[in-house]
Amino acid sequence: MDGSVTGDIRALVEPDRVHRKCYTDPDIFQLEMQNIHEKTWIYVGHESQVKNPGDYYTTLVGRQPMIMVRAKDGKVHVLYNRCPHRGAMLCPDRHGNTGQTFKCSYHAWRFNLDGSLLKVPVAEQYEGTRFDLADKQFHMKPAERTESYRGFVFASLSHDGPDLRTHLSGAIRAFDDMCDRAPEGEVEIVPNCFRVIQKSNWKIFLENQLDAVHPSIVHESSGRAALEVEKDIEKRTGKKAPLSYHYISAFTEPFFRWDTLNTMGFPNGHCTLEGYMGLRPKDPDTLEYEAVMEKHYGKARTEEILGVNLHHVLVYPCLSVQSPLQQLRAVRPLAHDRTLTEIWHFRLKGAPEAIYRRSLDYYYLVNAPSTMINADDLDNFWRCHTGLSSQGGDWVSFHRNAGQDPSKDGVYTSVTGMSELPMRHMMKTWADYMTNGGRR
Amino acid sequence: MTEIKFATAKPNKIQGSATEWAEQLDGAPPAAAKLPPLPVAKVAQELQTAVEQFLYRQAEILDDKHWDEWLELFTADGHYWMPASEEQTKADGMPNIFWEDLDLMRVRIKRVNHPRAWSQKPPHRTCHVVSNVVIEKHDPASGDVVVRSKFHMAEFRRDNVRHFVGKYRHELKKTKDGYRIKLQRVDPVNAEGPYEYVLLTWL
Repeated sequence: MDGSVTGDIRALVEPDRVHRKCYTDPDIFQLEMQNIHEKTWIYVGHESQVKNPGDYYTTLVGRQPMIMVRAKDGKVHVLYNRCPHRGAMLCPDRHGNTGQTFKCSYHAWRFNLDGSLLKVPVAEQYEGTRFDLADKQFHMKPAERTESYRGFVFASLSHDGPDLRTHLSGAIRAFDDMCDRAPEGEVEIVPNCFRVIQKSNWKIFLENQLDAVHPSIVHESSGRAALEVEKDIEKRTGKKAPLSYHYISAFTEPFFRWDTLNTMGFPNGHCTLEGYMGLRPKDPDTLEYEAVMEKHYGKARTEEILGVNLHHVLVYPCLSVQSPLQQLRAVRPLAHDRTLTEIWHFRLKGAPEAIYRRSLDYYYLVNAPSTMINADDLDNFWRCHTGLSSQGGDWVSFHRNAGQDPSKDGVYTSVTGMSELPMRHMMKTWADYMTNGGRR
Repeated sequence: MTEIKFATAKPNKIQGSATEWAEQLDGAPPAAAKLPPLPVAKVAQELQTAVEQFLYRQAEILDDKHWDEWLELFTADGHYWMPASEEQTKADGMPNIFWEDLDLMRVRIKRVNHPRAWSQKPPHRTCHVVSNVVIEKHDPASGDVVVRSKFHMAEFRRDNVRHFVGKYRHELKKTKDGYRIKLQRVDPVNAEGPYEYVLLTWL
């Protein structure tokens, strides 16, 4: 697409509605990858995924296959998964340990763990040519920029742009909230992730994450089912049912409850939604955890940490983080109508086992490939994408409370919980990225 | 494009082999791990048939969505387990694809039956084939059995057919009403792979 399309893109995003092409046009998808996902900061993985030298994980940043690897000096590198000789992928699997070196399967070039070229076989035949072992063009190419925040590793495939902290702006809460809830102030990955493919555009997923109108409608069937069994357990045992039932039965909350949940929009498209599940019951497990927290942080700081009320933090354009339950979904767009989600769970270092078990229950019910919850979400995403691919109408409506959300210093706060502020905010950011060639 | 001046070739005698070159850097490859043989119990044909019939009945009940009968197949403390990887040796405290007791199974059944379970419009339809039934262990005193088998399930939903193939391992309790499942382990061949959409009910 050439520069003239830029003007067209502006016309696709109005303050209260968005053209269907933004979701369904394959050319726009390529431009998104170029101007958004291959420019801004994209989540690659957590440092604890690669504990030992040689440990690596592969993933996508935009359309680019990348390797996250731990080098001998302990540094984590993000490298393009490509041999500089003839282009063969160096790590064709998802994860593993590559030993002291990366080894090319085609002509046996060897690379150090930082991507530098160590050795090639029959090297003498390169004598008198332009090949030079020290020349960077013969080394594995690193991501243009790599930074991490509290163990969460991000890469940007552009030399320009704000640093990671500046980029994250208000979304930094996702990582602070998750790590602060650990008595030791750190989290550790639970191997391995679930991967689920959505047959819809990546933006449809992000928009759903902070949509407080949909849960009680889309998940009514799961909410009612869990509520019935929850009551049945309590009648049968005379005790409170496990919190895991409440995670799902909470979907039966009436509209007015959802409308009290605050949403916010931060610079660079990030958004937050307040929590509704009430994750501080007064059971022995919670009290034990709170006592451990107080030992590490003192009473006042513990209250401050556990008082943070978040459900989702959306780190635009790549993550939906549920910090109080230590899980996240990383978005890897595959095509305009296909999106892979990598769903990870973390352990709070120093917290009692019961707290891990509690969030593991949520990870199972909501995020496992057998989830009853996302079964209905993903079904709606597919229905939306299929409907938007038709000529049945050109616009997606984001009119709920349009023009009513107050803002201060670039931070928007929703006037009601059900405001479509997050969708409008994300699409405004999208249009900025798309028309600025990714420079913001 | 600048003109490139190439040097004249100096043919020389090439030393070594690919194996020598690799092992010089990595050392000799480690010996392949030896796996213990899979246990097989010698049982009478009658028992073999009874166990096979139980597995076939379970598949039929699942395909026909006879949910009350499905729940009756399990012991009161029975579990349906699909680990996230074949290497997994325990379910407790681990991420699993399925790890459900009778109460969670009831939630799943109630959801699927709810009039506004949106992804059930139209409902999914399945067909299972169960085969390769090998009895691993038989306790003559209690009559309890551990049995391995293979399954192939096709699921039809909105013009799409998906296939699931894998292994079952049932720990069966012998009761006066016949076998009951204490633990059913299910290992799909692609457990770690990306899932195209989700699994709506048990495989």
